[in-house]
Amino acid sequence: MLTDFGRVFIFFLIAGLFVAVGLVAAWALRPKRGYPGKLSSYECGEEPVGTSWVRFNIRFYVVALIFLIFEVETVFLFPWALVYKDLGMFAFVEMLIFLFILFVGYAYVWAKGDLDWDRPSPTIPVARDYAAAKAQNR
Amino acid sequence: MGLLDRQFNNSNVIITSMENLLNWARLSSLWQMQFGLACCAIEMMAAAASHYDFDRFGVIPRATPRQSDVMIVAGTVTLKMASRIKRLYDQMSEPRYVVSMGSCSNCGGPYWEHGYHVLKGVDRVIPVDVYVPGCPPRPEALMEGIIKLQEKIRRETLVRKSA
Repeated sequence: MLTDFGRVFIFFLIAGLFVAVGLVAAWALRPKRGYPGKLSSYECGEEPVGTSWVRFNIRFYVVALIFLIFEVETVFLFPWALVYKDLGMFAFVEMLIFLFILFVGYAYVWAKGDLDWDRPSPTIPVARDYAAAKAQNR
Repeated sequence: MGLLDRQFNNSNVIITSMENLLNWARLSSLWQMQFGLACCAIEMMAAAASHYDFDRFGVIPRATPRQSDVMIVAGTVTLKMASRIKRLYDQMSEPRYVVSMGSCSNCGGPYWEHGYHVLKGVDRVIPVDVYVPGCPPRPEALMEGIIKLQEKIRRETLVRKSA
């Protein structure tokens, strides 16, 4: 008989087969008539600028990391909320400590200035006064 | 070249059954390239909304040409937009179809004579499968256009075209 992990194995096997069959069927069925215009990156119909493998600003990394921490916090909060009634005051205080530690980290990041976004200061083009320029040239 | 795409020189019962299956699959899920150009787009939106319910034909709007099968050119194709339409059509994956909706995209419509900025028919830049007349066409007319396109897809074949 199958063990429990044997069932998991069959699950993974079917999942793998599902993907493989889909990809192979698509490869067999689809027309392949690529040309540069078709293979170009989709940029809402505009002329693509550069490749689609662009580099993202490193600051996104910090924001993503902070987001991840608070996301994981939510993941911990849900099971805590489920068993909260059984555990009572102990669980409440423990979660408060956990939240406090995370908020200390958040305050630290904020104080460090990692949440500040350095805005570029572009030169804003000004409309030339063509009428005045024309009068001057005359 | 795909394994099945126009690879066969003559037809037999297996190929025709495969064609039937493929064509049925393709015509039942005509995902539409989501963009509207002018007042025809309002009718297109009405067709997609609950009253006319395009979803029952399998027509649902997609936000990227990579996932869409049919491009409904709904409205006035200006010369500026024409190059974009060409690019978007190029970026759609095959099989791809085009429904030209309304007089403007059929032939330039009211801008035929004096529209200095309007393309006189979208078929000057991309191949059109179905023309839907009207200014703008009612959702029923667009629906008939889609049904015509489905009939066209139903007749598609895997057999190589004889030159």
